[in-house]
Amino acid sequence: MKRHLKSPAVNRRAFLETAAGLTFALAIAPDAFSIVDDAYADTPAAYAPSVWLTIAPDGTITIVAPAAEMGQGSFTSLPVIVAEELDADWAKVRPVFPTAWDDKTFGNPGYNYTFQTSASASVTGYFTSLRIAGAQARRVLLDAVAAKWAVPVGELATEPSVVVHKASSRRIGYGEIAAFAAAPAALPKIEATDLKPTASFRLIGKDIARVDIPLKVKGAAAYGMDVQVPGMVYGAVLQSPYAGGAPLEVDDSRARKVPGVTDVVKLPEGVGVVGTTVEGTQRAKGLLKVTWGEAPGAHLDSERVIEDLAAIGRDKSRDGVPYENTGDAKTALVNAKRVFRGEYRTRYVYHAQMEPMNATALVSADGKSAELWVGTQAATSLLNGVARLLQTERSRLVLHQHFLGGGFGRRGNHEAVYDAVRLSKAVGKPVKLVWTREDDIRGGKFRPATAHYIEAGFDDNDKLIAWHHRVVAESVVAYVSGDPKPRPDRIVMKGSPIPQYPIPNKLAEHVIENRGARLSPWRGVGNGHNAFAIESFIDDIAKDFGKDPLALRLELTEGVPRMQHLLRTVAAMSDWTHKRDGTAVGVGTMVKDETLAAGVAEVSLDRATGKIKVLNFWAALDAGIAVQPRNLAAQTEGSIIYALGSVLREQITIRDGHVIQSNYSDYEVARMSDVPHIEIKVVSTDNHPTGGGEEGVPLVACAVGNAIVALTGVRLRELPFSPDRVRGALGA
Amino acid sequence: MVAVTVNGQKHEVDAALDTPLLWVLREHLKLTGTKFGCGIAACGACTVHIDGEAVRSCATPVSLVAGKSVTTIEGLSPDGSHPLQKAWIAEQVPQCGYCQSGQIMQAATLLARNKNPSRAEIVEHMDGNVCRCGTYLRIISAIGRAAREG
Repeated sequence: MKRHLKSPAVNRRAFLETAAGLTFALAIAPDAFSIVDDAYADTPAAYAPSVWLTIAPDGTITIVAPAAEMGQGSFTSLPVIVAEELDADWAKVRPVFPTAWDDKTFGNPGYNYTFQTSASASVTGYFTSLRIAGAQARRVLLDAVAAKWAVPVGELATEPSVVVHKASSRRIGYGEIAAFAAAPAALPKIEATDLKPTASFRLIGKDIARVDIPLKVKGAAAYGMDVQVPGMVYGAVLQSPYAGGAPLEVDDSRARKVPGVTDVVKLPEGVGVVGTTVEGTQRAKGLLKVTWGEAPGAHLDSERVIEDLAAIGRDKSRDGVPYENTGDAKTALVNAKRVFRGEYRTRYVYHAQMEPMNATALVSADGKSAELWVGTQAATSLLNGVARLLQTERSRLVLHQHFLGGGFGRRGNHEAVYDAVRLSKAVGKPVKLVWTREDDIRGGKFRPATAHYIEAGFDDNDKLIAWHHRVVAESVVAYVSGDPKPRPDRIVMKGSPIPQYPIPNKLAEHVIENRGARLSPWRGVGNGHNAFAIESFIDDIAKDFGKDPLALRLELTEGVPRMQHLLRTVAAMSDWTHKRDGTAVGVGTMVKDETLAAGVAEVSLDRATGKIKVLNFWAALDAGIAVQPRNLAAQTEGSIIYALGSVLREQITIRDGHVIQSNYSDYEVARMSDVPHIEIKVVSTDNHPTGGGEEGVPLVACAVGNAIVALTGVRLRELPFSPDRVRGALGA
Repeated sequence: MVAVTVNGQKHEVDAALDTPLLWVLREHLKLTGTKFGCGIAACGACTVHIDGEAVRSCATPVSLVAGKSVTTIEGLSPDGSHPLQKAWIAEQVPQCGYCQSGQIMQAATLLARNKNPSRAEIVEHMDGNVCRCGTYLRIISAIGRAAREG
C-alpha cells in the first residue's frame, strides 16, 4: 500500500529530445501542498540521463511508464521498450507512473502528445519515442565513460547495464556511471540507424514477467478505491437517472438522520452525501428523495431506439457522415449484376469493470488548488476538466495515478472525479467518493445501440465491386465532446473501412441519430459492433453463393497477405474442414488500426432452451512486432471472454430514461463456466507494433453467429444471442 | 464497538453491527486488499475466510464474525508465498487484478479440501467469482499448478 508523505516536491531537471529534433523541456513537479508517493520520496538523488529515467548509484533504473495500467500490461511493456535501447538489466528496472503530468514530455505521440490510454494505442504511439529515449540515455552513459577513460566512444559497447571497453578489458556498471556522470547540456542526436536492429532485441519480443503481478496477488496493488488520505471523509452521490437531469427538489430529512452524515450537497446532475463512513453515506444516499429536471434522455426507451435505428437504416434518403469513401459505391451498386442486402442490430452494453467508479479529491481552502487520487485512462482530459471546474491552472493540480480495476473505455470519463472535487470544495476536507455497483450501472455510459444496413454488389464475374455500409447510431464523439456537430466518429465507425477487403467502391457512413443516452467508448470500440454486422453479412453472401465462408474470405482478401496468413492459420488451428457431429464452426476477421486478427468459434446449441455453448475458440493476431507476445495472447484471450458475455447475454435496457439493470445479478457477464477452450497464435511480423489490448472482442459475435448458421441454417441478426432470442429465431 | 479478529489480530471497531464486514476491513482497518465489487455477493471480489470458509464479506454483517477468525488476502501467507500466489505469478494470471484477491481466497478453500481438483470441480467452485478481464483459463491453470507444486 502506498504511504503518503509530506515532502518537498520532486524537482527533476531533465531534457527531452523528440523525434522531431532537439527540444528542451524542464520537467518540474508542481510544488503545491504536495503529498508525494513514497516511491518517489524515498528515491535517493538519482542521475537522470533523460527525462524518462533515472539511474541510482546502486544501479536501480527508474523508468516512467506514462500509460494507465488497467490490466493491459503497459506498465511493463512501455519500460521494456526504453530498457531495450538503454541496454538495461531488466532485473534492475523499476517502472513508475509519471509524477509530472506534462503532456508534451510524457503524453502519447499517437494522441498528439496527451495522456490518453485507449484504443490499444500505447505501445504503437510511444514505440519510436521510447526507443529514442532509451538510445539517447545509453549514448549519454557511453559519452561519460569515454571522457572518463579517455577512449574513443566508438570503442565502447554495452552489455546489460554495463559499459565495456574490450581493448582494455574494463567494465563499469550503469550505477557506477551514475555516481560521477554529469547531465549533458544537450541530449545526443539519435538517428533511426542508431537504434537496434530487431534481431538484436533482448527484451522486445521476449516474455517479460509483468511487474504489477506480484503486487496483485498479495492485495498490495493500490487502486483508486484503496486510497486512504489522512482526515478524509466519504462521499456518495445519487445521480440523475439520465444525462442532463438536474436535481430540483431534494428531501434529505431521512438521509441526514443517518449517523455520521454531515452534509448533503446539490451537484449539477446528482445529490451528494458526505459523512464519516462509507456505509453511512451509501445508506443515506438511498434515503434521499429527489425530483429531476427535464432532459432529452428522460424519455429514452431502448426498445424504441433499436426499432427506430433499424428503420432509419433502410431509409436511404437519409445520408450519413462518410467514414470510408473509396470510388463510387452508390453508382457501382446500381450497375452491379447482383446485390445482397443485410440488416443487423446491437444493443446498449455496459463496461462492467470490476472496480466501481471512485475518486478522492482534496481542494485547497481558496478553491484554486487540488490534489487528486484516481485511476484514469485520460489524465490530460481529467486535469483540463478539473482546471476548468476550479477556474485554475493545471500547474496547481496534483494527480496521483493509481492502478485501474478495469478500464475498457469507462475510465476515460471523469464525472466521479468532478463530483469528488465539488464535494471536497463544499466541505473543505479530502473526500473519497465511492460509487456502488448500482450507481455504476445506472450511471453507466454505454456502447451505443446500433443498426446496420449493408449492401454488396457483385459484377458479372462474381467479383465484389461495391460495398455500402450504413451504421445508424448515436455519436459517441458528440456525446463525449459535448459538441453535437456531425463529424466522423472514430469510436462508432472504427472497423467499418475493412481494409482486409480491398473493394474498389466502398462507402461506410454513420447516420447519426442522437437520443440522449450516456455513451462511452467500450472495449474494442466500433469494431465490436461493426465486425458483427460485416462478417455476418460476408457469411450470408457465401451461403448464397454456395461457397465455404473461409474460402470466400481468402478470395476477398486477395492482396492482403497478412490477413490471408491469419485465415490459413486459424483454418489449421481449428481443423476447419473437419466434419463435426452436433457442433459447427464459424469464422470472422477484423482490422483495427492496422492490427489484423481472425478467429474461429466452435459451438453447440440446446434447441429446447436456446442456450448456445461456445466450446472452442481459435484466434490468430498480427500486431506487427509483438513487443510482449505472451501478454498479447493474454489480452486477446481476455478480450474474447469479455466479448463472450456481450454475445450471449449482456444488454442494457432503458425505459423512461431509467436503466433497468442494477448489478451483476441481472447484467450477466461471462463466468468461468461460460469459457471455451481458447488457443491464440500471436504472429509477430516486422511491422511497426500496433494495438493488441482488445482485438479479440470483434471476433466473437461474428464467429459465433456464423457457427450457429452453419449448425442450424438460421442467422441471428441481433446481439445478444440470448436464449429467448435464439428460440425466437429458430421458430421454437 | 465491535470486536473482530483479523489475520490473527484483535481489533475494536467503531461500527454499527449491521455494517458489512467488507467496509470494516477496507475502511475501518485499512486492509484494502479485499475488494468491493458488487455489494450483493454476486461477484466474489470481496471473498475472505471466516474460520476457514470462503464468504462474501460485502454481504456479511460484522456482527456475524464476533468470536470468529477472519483471514484476508493480506493474511493468507506472511510474504505472498502461498502456493496459489506463487502459481498466480508463474501463470501470469492477473490483468487489472482487481478481482484476484477474491479469486485466490476462493481457490484456497478448494485446495484446502481437495488436493487434486478436476477441471470441473475447479469451475464449479470458482463460478461465483467474476473476472471481467477474462483471466479464467489462467486461473484454472494456476489452481492446477498450485495443486501439483503445493
